[in-house]
Amino acid sequence: MLVLLGVLVVVIGFATRRNPLLVVGVAGIVTGLLGGLSPREVLAAFGDGFASSRAVTIFAITLPVIGLLERYGLQEQARSLIARFTKLTTGRFLALYLLLRQVTAALGLVSVCGPAQTVRPLVAPMAEGAAERAHGPLTDKAREKVRSFSASADNVGLFFGEDVFLAVGSILLITGFVNTTYDTHLEPLHLALWAIPTAICAFVVHGWRLLRLDRQLERELLTANATQPTATEAVK
Amino acid sequence: MIKAEWFYWLVGAIFLVMAAQMVTDRSNPKRLGTAAFWGLIGAGFVYSSWVVDHRAPAEPLGAAVLAMAALAGFGFTGRGTVRTTTGAERAASAARLGNRLFVPALTIPLVAMACAVGVKKLSIGGEPVLQKGSETILGLGIGAITALVVGMVMLREKRIATPVHAGRSMLEAMGWAMLLPQMLATLGTIFSVSGVGEEVGELTTKALPEDSLYLAVAVYCIGMFLFTVIMGNAFAAFPVMTAAVGWPVLIEQADGNAAAVLAIGMLAGFCGTLVTPMAANFNIVPAALLELKDQYGPIKAQLPTAVILLGCNIAIMSVVAF
Repeated sequence: MLVLLGVLVVVIGFATRRNPLLVVGVAGIVTGLLGGLSPREVLAAFGDGFASSRAVTIFAITLPVIGLLERYGLQEQARSLIARFTKLTTGRFLALYLLLRQVTAALGLVSVCGPAQTVRPLVAPMAEGAAERAHGPLTDKAREKVRSFSASADNVGLFFGEDVFLAVGSILLITGFVNTTYDTHLEPLHLALWAIPTAICAFVVHGWRLLRLDRQLERELLTANATQPTATEAVK
Repeated sequence: MIKAEWFYWLVGAIFLVMAAQMVTDRSNPKRLGTAAFWGLIGAGFVYSSWVVDHRAPAEPLGAAVLAMAALAGFGFTGRGTVRTTTGAERAASAARLGNRLFVPALTIPLVAMACAVGVKKLSIGGEPVLQKGSETILGLGIGAITALVVGMVMLREKRIATPVHAGRSMLEAMGWAMLLPQMLATLGTIFSVSGVGEEVGELTTKALPEDSLYLAVAVYCIGMFLFTVIMGNAFAAFPVMTAAVGWPVLIEQADGNAAAVLAIGMLAGFCGTLVTPMAANFNIVPAALLELKDQYGPIKAQLPTAVILLGCNIAIMSVVAF
């Protein structure tokens, strides 16, 4: 039971909003030592963990070109492009992106979209642009909300699309684990097929929530933008 | 053959060059700490090549990782003033360049797609062009470099320092969030070797109700969800929960359809990934990239969807697997 103290460190650390790097570092050391590793083995575990997980940081390679394009007005252009499509509200646009993300992930194209390569430079500014066109200037709170939902469309689309693809890590993990542990034979195709009902639910549920975002924004910004004109009117 | 390690070295080199820029950036009050943090990450990226081959000890790298965590965690890192274009300049440039600006931006996904679909199958002299198993990473890397070349030619930008500088200010803005996914991957490994999984599996078996199939389905799915929230990763939760509940109770005892039980169980775990800060690469890094004030913004946007989908998974499994 003692090793579960490491989990407790993580929960308390995140709940009290300590710096996550420190929380995770301390939790790793505590769990490792309680679990019977020597200090040297704990150090080696941190080293091995860093070395074998470099793939999650490789998106940094896209930052120079994204930064360069942003200097030249990429986000501004994304905003003004979306403003031309008057039917495309923030919610509808994000639901379309959700669908695109899900379909490409289901075809195995997981790194075609992502927070660094598509959400920051294109999707979030377009979602903001659509909201600005419909409701006027965004409050800080509304802007945060639009950006958060842009990130959420990317995640939901990826998670519930990729499992429909046969050769994705999670499917291979299932077949690898079950076929060796229980001496049976599962086909990746069957697993991928059973991921389809949830994939449809995910699109319906999150798509519906994205469409509802339009109404939420309208309500929030109507009150926020209504107080401003009355203030100027009073000055007149 | 194009190897994944080359791209790790390239990323490491970019971090090292940025660290060198940071040392001389007098607008950053914490320039030395910041440069040390990114310099260590860059050097770690290169040194790791020998660690994964077991040709160099992992302990020095582990010490460096803890030093990085301490540098960022105790507030020794900061950011300089961003020297970039003004809003008016950007608007003017966007008006001048128009939709051509999208060409380099879309080059990244298009090249990544081409690598995943086409180049993956190519081989020269019997050896695949892209290292097997790393095609997605390589596609992203090749896409980013192609896009940079296309962008610099199109914008007539001659100094390579300009994109590096622009990328650096994004990195500085993200700060510690950049390292968190790799730290968490490490924590997951330590959790597994220390036996956290077995403990949780035992607790779940105790919580398991007798003779109620649908409650057992709920325990499996909710267990996957909660354990994924703790570990930050459904892959770590899957073997534990499947060994505790999924295989012995749902598949052997209740004679459930194995493919349906396991596939949907994994997806119940993915619902947990949507709501945990432990899955930093999906939830915290995007918040930092989008410069959100609330680092939990994406999680809050995903929470209701995750809970509803967990319910959907329980319902779907109950209906289709038995």
